[in-house]
Amino acid sequence: MTERELSCEEVLEQLFTYLDGEIDAAGSADIDRHLERCRDCYTRAEFEKKLRLKTEQAGGFAPAPERLRARIRGLLDRY
Amino acid sequence: MSGKASRRIGKQDQAERKQRFEEEVLRLMDRLYGTALRLTRNTDDAEDIVAEAVSKAWSRLDELDDLDCLPGWLFRILNNVFVSEWRKRQTRQRYWEDAKQAGDIDAPEDFSLFQKLHQPFLLWWGTPEDAFVNDLLHEDIQRALDSLPDEYRVVIVLVEVQGYTYSEASRLLEVPTGTIRSRLSRARSLLQKALWTQACAAGLRSEPGDSGHDNGAGK
Ligand SMILES: [Zn+2]
Repeated sequence: MTERELSCEEVLEQLFTYLDGEIDAAGSADIDRHLERCRDCYTRAEFEKKLRLKTEQAGGFAPAPERLRARIRGLLDRY
Repeated sequence: MSGKASRRIGKQDQAERKQRFEEEVLRLMDRLYGTALRLTRNTDDAEDIVAEAVSKAWSRLDELDDLDCLPGWLFRILNNVFVSEWRKRQTRQRYWEDAKQAGDIDAPEDFSLFQKLHQPFLLWWGTPEDAFVNDLLHEDIQRALDSLPDEYRVVIVLVEVQGYTYSEASRLLEVPTGTIRSRLSRARSLLQKALWTQACAAGLRSEPGDSGHDNGAGK
């Protein structure tokens, strides 16, 4: 496995793909190493991670209305 | 797995599976509904696709060997129900073109919240980008997501919210992974811009001291 020194531009270019887990192990390790050393990119990565997490929490949850719960219970009772 | 060994599901087993199914469905209800609501942006449509997904899942429960996989499986069915309904509507209403246009008008390709927030004059009083994210409410993000045209919102909900891989999203939406990538990147830019615009409108992110600094937000 050849390690590669990435520039900040290269890291930022791949940052989202990296956060999506869509980079191969070697590429991902290159970015990890850069983030350990580069404060600017680290700060940026942490920001995008937090925002992504918030998006995940907010986008995947909403209190189901009682009407829907009743409808589903009705469905399940018929089975 | 082998055909001959395929076990008969006994009566008691069947009853257990049914009970487990019911418990899981009810436990996941707020997540199923929340996801459906972000996909459809409409409460009636969201309720309909959740109900349809639950019916479908129940009728095909025999296909699922391991009930531990039920949550992921249910969400997959939900997404499929959404996508097939969405397609029907697209051909009827030409949603697609509308969405494209709306997206093109609204956003520069490379909008970055971080760059807006991480400004030297803001930095001397803490880390504004952290404060910004920490203060974001779920409803802020939901509103911003809902402002995105369908094709962009859907990829965010699949990849960021549900953890779909690019190739899973590509299979579901029947577009190349390259298209998933470019839509995602555009979608993030649009989402971040919407969050920024909302924050500015709410007066949460005016410049410190309010004294003539131009933070570039108006550009
Ligand atoms: Zn760097």
